[in-house]
Amino acid sequence: MSSQTLKLKGRSELGIAALLGAVGGVVVWDALRLSVPYSHSDPVGPRTVPLIVGGLLLVCAVLLAINVLRGGRGEAEEGEDVDLSHPSDWKTVVPLLAAFLANILLIDTLGWVISGTLLFWGSVWALGSRKYIRDGLISIVMSVATFYGFYLGLGIHLPAGLLAGVL
Amino acid sequence: MDALNLLMQGFATAATPMNLLFAFIGVLLGTAVGVLPGIGPAMAVALLLPLTYGLEPTSAFIMFAGIYYGGMYGGSTTSILLNTPGESATVITAIEGHKMAKAGRAAQALATAAIGSFVAGTIGTALLVAFAPMVVQFAVSLGPPSYLAIMVLGLIAVTAVLGSSKLRGFSSLGLGMAIGLVGLDPVTGQQRMVFGLPLLADGLDIVVVAVAIFAVGEALWIAAHLRRKPMETIPVGAPWMGKQDWKRSWKPWLRGTALGFPFGALPAGGAEIPTFLSYVTEKRLSKHKEEFGHGAIEGVAGPEAANNASAAGTLTPMLALGLPTNATAAVMLAAFVQYGIQPGPLLFQNEPQLVWALIASLFIGNTLLLLINLPLAPMWAKLLQIPRPYLYAGILFFATLGAYAVNLQAFDLAILLVLGLLGFAMRRYGLPVLPLIIGLILAPRAEGQLRKSLQLSAGDISGLWSEPIAIFVYGIVALILAWPLFAFAWRRFRPAPVAGGPGAPLAGGQAAAIVGPAAATEGSTAAAGQLPSPADTKDAPRQPADGGDSRGDSSGDSTDQNRVQAPPPKARL
Repeated sequence: MSSQTLKLKGRSELGIAALLGAVGGVVVWDALRLSVPYSHSDPVGPRTVPLIVGGLLLVCAVLLAINVLRGGRGEAEEGEDVDLSHPSDWKTVVPLLAAFLANILLIDTLGWVISGTLLFWGSVWALGSRKYIRDGLISIVMSVATFYGFYLGLGIHLPAGLLAGVL
Repeated sequence: MDALNLLMQGFATAATPMNLLFAFIGVLLGTAVGVLPGIGPAMAVALLLPLTYGLEPTSAFIMFAGIYYGGMYGGSTTSILLNTPGESATVITAIEGHKMAKAGRAAQALATAAIGSFVAGTIGTALLVAFAPMVVQFAVSLGPPSYLAIMVLGLIAVTAVLGSSKLRGFSSLGLGMAIGLVGLDPVTGQQRMVFGLPLLADGLDIVVVAVAIFAVGEALWIAAHLRRKPMETIPVGAPWMGKQDWKRSWKPWLRGTALGFPFGALPAGGAEIPTFLSYVTEKRLSKHKEEFGHGAIEGVAGPEAANNASAAGTLTPMLALGLPTNATAAVMLAAFVQYGIQPGPLLFQNEPQLVWALIASLFIGNTLLLLINLPLAPMWAKLLQIPRPYLYAGILFFATLGAYAVNLQAFDLAILLVLGLLGFAMRRYGLPVLPLIIGLILAPRAEGQLRKSLQLSAGDISGLWSEPIAIFVYGIVALILAWPLFAFAWRRFRPAPVAGGPGAPLAGGQAAAIVGPAAATEGSTAAAGQLPSPADTKDAPRQPADGGDSRGDSSGDSTDQNRVQAPPPKARL
C-alpha cells in the first residue's frame, strides 16, 4: 500500500469523528430543549443523562479526530469470509443496498411474498450468483415459506399485498 | 439443598417433549451458525428475536441457550479445519488445532475440542448452579446506588478492557447510549430524541437495532470484502481419540475450566483472556513443549475448555444481576425485555420456573451437543461449502423479515438500513460492536437507577456512594480507568527490554495486550513470559498490519504501545 492511499484511508476515518460530533451535538441540543420542572421526586431530571451521553460523544469526536490526524487508524474487522486485501467492493454493496431499498418501498404495496422474492433474488444476484432460474425458484420458495411460517407458526400476518386473494 | 430441588424442577420443565425439541433445534442451529462463516450466536439469537412474539418464554430461552452453547462447538470445528476463526475466542484454538489438522490429526483435535467443551460446559453450568443463587442472595440486599455502580462498571469494563482501542470503544458506547435515549423519558414523559416523528416516540425496538448492527452491518461488510477464492478445508473423518490423547487432554480440560469460568463471570472477562491464559499454562506445564506450534493436543484441549467454561460463567452475572458481558448475553437480555421480564436479581424470585428450566436445559443441550458433534463433525464441515451468495442474501432476507415482523412497518426497515450502514462503518473503522449493544441495553436501566438513587437521597449527590458496595465498585471502575496511567508509569520508571521492537510480530504482541491487565490483577507476571514466540505464531490467524499506529489513541497512545511491546520485565528473566 502506498503512503498516498494510507493517508486517504486515514482521512476517511474523520467521517466517523464527524458522525460522532453530529450525533453528540444533536443529543445535547435535544436535551437542552427539554423542560426541567423542579421536582423533589426526580432531582436528576430528564436532561442529565442525555447531557452526559452527548458530552461523551463530543469528547470522543474530538479525540478521534486528533488521533486520526496523528496517524491512528481503526483496525477493520476480520472474518472467515473477509478478504481485506482488496478495498471495499462497491459493485457488490450498492446493488445490495438497492435491493434492500426496493424492498422497503415495495413491501407495503406488493406484499412480502413479492417484495421478499425480489429482495432475495436481487441480493443473490448482487453477491455474484448468475443461475437466474435456480435463484428465482429458491427466492420464491423462501418468501412463500416464511409467509406461511409466520402466519401459521407465530400468528404474525405479513402483508399479502397484490396477492391478497391468492394466498 | 434448595438450589438442587429447584434444578430438579427445572429438569422436569426442560424435559417435556416440546422443550426438548426446542433444545434440539437450538443446538442444531447453534452448531450450524458456529460452523458457518459470517454468522455467530449473537447474530443468530438476534435474528430469532421475532420468535419471542409467538413462543413461550421458557421454550424460546431454551432454544437461545442451545444456540449459545452450540455456537462454541461449531466455532471450534471451523477454526480447526479452516484456520480462520470467526470469533476471537477461538483464535487460540486455531493455532494448535489447525496444525494438528494439517498433520493428519484433525479427528483428534475435533474430539478433544468437543469432549473438552462438554466437560467444561457441564462443570461450568454446575458452578453456575452453585454460584448464581449466592450472587442473587447478595444482590437482593443492594440498593439503587450499588446497582448503578455495578452497571457503570459493566459499561466501562466492556469498553475499556476489551478491544484494541479504548477511544473507539467509548465512541461505540456513546452511540449505543444515544440510541437508547430515543423515546419517552420514563419519569417526566417528555419526548427525547424523537424529532417530532411519532414512530420514534416508543423508542427504537431493540430487535431492530440488534438485527441491524449484528446481521445487516455484518452482511454488508462481508459483501464488500467477500473472499472470492474458495477456502481450503481439511477433509476429516469422525472424531476419535486414542489412549494417549485422553491422557494428555483431561488435565488441560480441567485447568481450562478453572480459568474460563471466573473470567466469564467478570464484567469484562470474556473468553479471549482465559483461552489465552490456558494456552500459556498448558505450554508451560506440558511435557511435550516441542510440539507447541506444531499441533500439540494440550493447546486445543485447554483453550476450548476455557472457552466453554467462560460461556457458562457469562450467564452468572446475566441471570443473577441482569448484567450482560458479551454480545450473545446482551441479545438474550434484550429478549427478556421483549417478554416484559425484568432482568436482575429478582428474576430468580419472579421467574423461578423459567430460570431453572433454562439452566437445566444447558445441561441437556451440552449433552446433545456432544452427541451431534462427535459422530457428525464431517457433515457439519460440509456446511462450509454453502454458496456464499445464498448465505449472505439469506442473512439480509431474515434480518428484513425479523425487523419487519416487529411492528409490520416499513419505517422499521428504514431504521434497519440506517443502523445497518452504521454497523458497516463501525466494522470498517474498527469501532467494536459490543459496547454499542451493551450501552443500548444498560444505559436506560442505569439512568433509572441513577434517578432512583438521587430521589432516595433527596437530590444530595452523596447518595450515589451511600452504600459500601457502591464505593467498592467505583474503586474498581477508577482502577480500570487509571490503568493506562499505571502502565505508563511502569514503563517510564522500569524500562523493559523491548520484546521485538515496534514491528514485533503482532500475534505475540496482541497476546501481550490481552494478557496485560490480567497479569497485573493476578500478579501472574510469569504468564507473559510464556508468550508464543514469533516463530510459534507466524501462522497465527490475526496479524494486524502495524503496531502502535493502528491501535494507538491519543489518550492511551503510549499505554497501548507499552502493552504491545513490553511484557513485565520479570518475565524476561
